[in-house]
Amino acid sequence: MTKTLDRRPQAPAPPAPVRPSRGQPGRESRRVAYLLLAPALLAYTVFVALPWLHTMWLSLYEWDGVGVGVWTGLSNYREVLTDPALLGAIEHSLGFILFYSVLPIVIALVLAAVLGGRGGGGSAARMILFLPQVVPLVASGIAWRQMYAQDGVVNQALRAVGLGGITRAWLGDFTWAFPAVGLVGTWVMLGLCLVFFLTGISKIDPALFEACRIDGAGAVRTFFAVTLPGLRNEIVVALVVTMIAALSSFDVVYATTRGGPGDSTTVPAVLIYRLAFTNGQVGLACALAVVLSVLISVIVLALGRLSKEES
Amino acid sequence: MSSSVLSTRTERLTGTVVLWVFAAAVLVPFVSITLAALQPADAPAAGLSWPTTLTFDNFRQAWTTAGFGSLLRSSAFIALVVVPIGSFLATMAGYAFGTMRFAGSKLLFSFLLVGLTLPPEAAVIPLYYDLKQFGLTNTYWALILPLTGLYMPFGAFWMRAHFLSVPKELAEAARVDGASEWTVFWRIMIPTARPAISTLAMLFFVWSWNQFLLALILIQEPSRRTAPAGLGFFIGQNTLDTQLLCAATLIVIAPVVALYLIGQRHLIRGMTQGAVKG
Repeated sequence: MTKTLDRRPQAPAPPAPVRPSRGQPGRESRRVAYLLLAPALLAYTVFVALPWLHTMWLSLYEWDGVGVGVWTGLSNYREVLTDPALLGAIEHSLGFILFYSVLPIVIALVLAAVLGGRGGGGSAARMILFLPQVVPLVASGIAWRQMYAQDGVVNQALRAVGLGGITRAWLGDFTWAFPAVGLVGTWVMLGLCLVFFLTGISKIDPALFEACRIDGAGAVRTFFAVTLPGLRNEIVVALVVTMIAALSSFDVVYATTRGGPGDSTTVPAVLIYRLAFTNGQVGLACALAVVLSVLISVIVLALGRLSKEES
Repeated sequence: MSSSVLSTRTERLTGTVVLWVFAAAVLVPFVSITLAALQPADAPAAGLSWPTTLTFDNFRQAWTTAGFGSLLRSSAFIALVVVPIGSFLATMAGYAFGTMRFAGSKLLFSFLLVGLTLPPEAAVIPLYYDLKQFGLTNTYWALILPLTGLYMPFGAFWMRAHFLSVPKELAEAARVDGASEWTVFWRIMIPTARPAISTLAMLFFVWSWNQFLLALILIQEPSRRTAPAGLGFFIGQNTLDTQLLCAATLIVIAPVVALYLIGQRHLIRGMTQGAVKG
């Protein structure tokens, strides 16, 4: 991912001038470079990179967080990959991809195509659609808890259209809690995807749309012939961002169901929290954290390769 | 011809209407908790219904009895330390990556970029035990330090992109005039980078204000807890009645919503362009 996008300069790259080799100042500037980088790299190394390595190390132990850890090799990983509760959490987070990535991307693509690259109309609506990206997710989770409650807005709306028979406490329902929580993700991600695609469409050459119009191509043909290919990069970016959010989701699940009812909405982050800080299974929690980060990296790398191959 | 113009116009109108339908759907949950928060505590908080009697008592109680006044202060303190330190460190690093040539720059940059995809839950467990060992858990530093580290990948990336777009001649001219690297950085580069830095600062504010998982784990002491973690605590305890919890939620989101109203262009651009570049 990073590599492809890295090669995308903001402006058409100016012909690189051959740098005049400077004697002393060159060495000075090199020293200054390291000095400028040091604080940021130090903070990142000490508080992100090393803890992450430490997570890997701890994942090889059985440790309750208090006593002395016992080396168990890869047995925590075996448990992550065989225990139905742990596997279930990973499956749920993969299932969230449908709600966090696929649904918002599809809806946003259709919306963006209908709106076109033209600015103006509905910019206030766009601003509102983006709002869930800015508000703390716990707060959104609490708001949605109210929405899905027995006497909440969702049931109120169902009763209003004569579907009173199917009302229920959605978050307490073994079948419906998962899609209910997932749809909160759709609600959060839609505005972000829409902004990606509207910006992308405005960069597509208007002559292409004009050509379609002259050829008498309908809206659907135009969408598949011009809009969709033109938005390829934006779609990949939206996939990366939303899939990371789906796989590492915590706040919304914590605020709405905490993984319940039963284990029906558990996700890795909720189990990591529970295993490490409630159940005293620190090693196992770390193994799950490592598996989760590997999963995310693999997906991000795969998507990065995808966009590179196509372009 | 005129029919095609007409169809474009209807198309656009349809688009705008559909857009507003979705926007309304995004607003409903917020409207729902606002109406509930305005409801007296003994009235049933049901769906979308106008409160029988309007009261602001829930907000007052959330602020004082439930302690959200002091929770907000904790969050504000943490954000107001993370924002300047984080922006400054990121600006320095981005400047080095964007304008200087030195051995290992590619390697160091890739090392940083790995952090863009790493979720915080991958590092939180050792962070908790390590910070505890240094007596830092339950202090504001337990959040300030990790957040600063966590934001460096994006920050350095964002500022690097900015400095790459600054014409090299600007710095060269100053150097020819005998300015030191330090002077070039402070007197020329920082002032031109002001818009990029303020976008970054706004993003850092929103992210550190909203941070939940790390806040929940690293600061458990009630008097130091952040506002979102306070919400999390009260959901877990189920000790607040619905109206009070809704009022508290609105109090917690108010600062970021206010910032969004002021700097929406910056925030939207930062969150989308930052992702596109990252």
